[in-house]
Amino acid sequence: MSQFNGAGEQPAILVEGLTKSFGKVHALRGIDLSVPQGTVLGVLGPNGAGKTTAVRILTTLLLPDGGRAVVEGHDVVREAAAVRRSIGLAGQSAAIQEELTGRENLEIIGRLYHLSRPETRRRAAELLEQFGLADAADRTAKTYSGGMQRRLDLAASLVGRPRVLFLDEPTTGLDPRARLGMWDIIRSLVAEGTTLLLTTQYLDEADELANEIVVIDHGLVIAAGTSEELKNRVGGDVIEFTVPDRSRVADAVAAIKPIGEGEPHADPETGVVGVGVGSRGSDALIEAVRALDAAEIASHGLALRRPSLDDVFLTLTGHGAEDEQPNGRRRGSRGRRRADDTDTARTAS
Amino acid sequence: MTAITGSAWAPGLGYRIRWGVSDTLALTKRSLLVWYRVPAFIFFSVIQPVIFVLLFRFVFGGAIPVTTPGGYVNFLMPGIIAQTAAFATFGTAIVLAQELKKGTIDRLKSMPIARSAVLTGRLTADTIRMFVTILIMVAVGYAVGFRFLNGFGPAVAMVVLATVFGVAIACISAFTGLAIGDEEAVQSFGLIWLFPLTFVSSAFVPIATMPGWLQAFANHNPVTFVVNAMRAMALGGQLEPILWPNLWRSIIWLVGIFVVFVPLAVRAYRRAS
Repeated sequence: MSQFNGAGEQPAILVEGLTKSFGKVHALRGIDLSVPQGTVLGVLGPNGAGKTTAVRILTTLLLPDGGRAVVEGHDVVREAAAVRRSIGLAGQSAAIQEELTGRENLEIIGRLYHLSRPETRRRAAELLEQFGLADAADRTAKTYSGGMQRRLDLAASLVGRPRVLFLDEPTTGLDPRARLGMWDIIRSLVAEGTTLLLTTQYLDEADELANEIVVIDHGLVIAAGTSEELKNRVGGDVIEFTVPDRSRVADAVAAIKPIGEGEPHADPETGVVGVGVGSRGSDALIEAVRALDAAEIASHGLALRRPSLDDVFLTLTGHGAEDEQPNGRRRGSRGRRRADDTDTARTAS
Repeated sequence: MTAITGSAWAPGLGYRIRWGVSDTLALTKRSLLVWYRVPAFIFFSVIQPVIFVLLFRFVFGGAIPVTTPGGYVNFLMPGIIAQTAAFATFGTAIVLAQELKKGTIDRLKSMPIARSAVLTGRLTADTIRMFVTILIMVAVGYAVGFRFLNGFGPAVAMVVLATVFGVAIACISAFTGLAIGDEEAVQSFGLIWLFPLTFVSSAFVPIATMPGWLQAFANHNPVTFVVNAMRAMALGGQLEPILWPNLWRSIIWLVGIFVVFVPLAVRAYRRAS
């Protein structure tokens, strides 16, 4: 990748002081980004943080209120047509017409990019092969699994060989296996030199794929750096457990405080207590068991896990990633899903 | 990695028109393939007008006195064909609202395609669908006793007028679909304006049978002008004198609809997100 980073080369994406409001809602409040050619930027943030708004401005779908955004040297407002010729956008299977076959879907996109008929056919076959869809090429997309539809959608965004690719939450809603498949494909694109801007709600995804990560919350970049740097700010791996007797949550926090590398956090309502333990992993786990035992605190679900987006947010902002969700139901389901998330993270790493 | 990009690349007008047409055709093909794969879409858009034909021809028709040559079935068919063309545009509004919601329109907008192609592609495909539906309705009409009495040329003219009328209504529907952007709301709204517009006209009953206040609306309803002109084209004879007064009023109305609703639909498309 280093050959793309010669001195003086313009960044593939440059964003300065970008703002956008919808009525009274300030979706973006002055964002700066710079993505060097051939690298991957992970944009991490909860729903409603402003990730999608930023992507929509960068892909010419939305006009910014203020600031400047340049993609491949073209201003997204004044040279929108040139920007559209340099970019691909994929994410939530939106380009797929389910009644058509995978091949037909790609061939129609090829025609829209003004490839000749033979070239359209060749490009479609090539992409179907590359994305592991060759066997399903002539089946209607309706019969595809969620993962296959996402791959087809991604293939569609690559028909015009874009230099910069925007992936808006490419694995949201996929099962762990499909997610890993998607990651492999994304890595292979990056290896070919495509610049990538990836939005995600999952820290492990940004961790796996991105060179640099920015964390967005309430329309502002609240942290930027490599995933190592971000995780160090969280305090590395996390030990987490539930105290069934809510009156003893405070005691539990006191008991595990010496083990942690940061302040423990506790939710008095659910009884969930967590603390960052850096890279001491299983040693810290044993110490935690002993400390709780010594203090005679009953606990369940004691486990060591990789830091999640929630942890990053708790550390950086003092509130959880989904705390500001207007939709209470979703917030609840996230809490219940936490154990599954931990499993996913382990399988993935 | 090769790329089909370049900053110094500014296509001339000729290219832009050619690509506009080619993009429109690609998106038209996409819709036609969907209907080819799922013929149920076409089938269900024909079923409803066929039921109306049977209902009015055999249930209500006997109670509706008309002086039209050939009787009520000849009065009815031009009206029902015009209504079929208008109702076919429910599909235009619904599909655009769906594509807007699903993000398909966003994706297409992020690609270097002609800005007009999503709308022109949709309208072209829907016009083809509408045209096929109209031909099916003519055949259904023949099966229940309808006959063209004025020769082949005027019969073709009637089909063309019905189609142009349908395209004009499709522009209104495209605007409502993009402006409302919700499939179910669009469908309900379509019923609210398309039902009165097509029923309170000369399409099904002679206007003289309506109460005075309703006549005032029906007499100025563009559907009345279009249906009267279509009827005169199909049947000729004693209806010959009403052709031109109705045809030129139809043309003015249709041009007016295009002038107002094409820019509105384009604006709604640009703003849609």
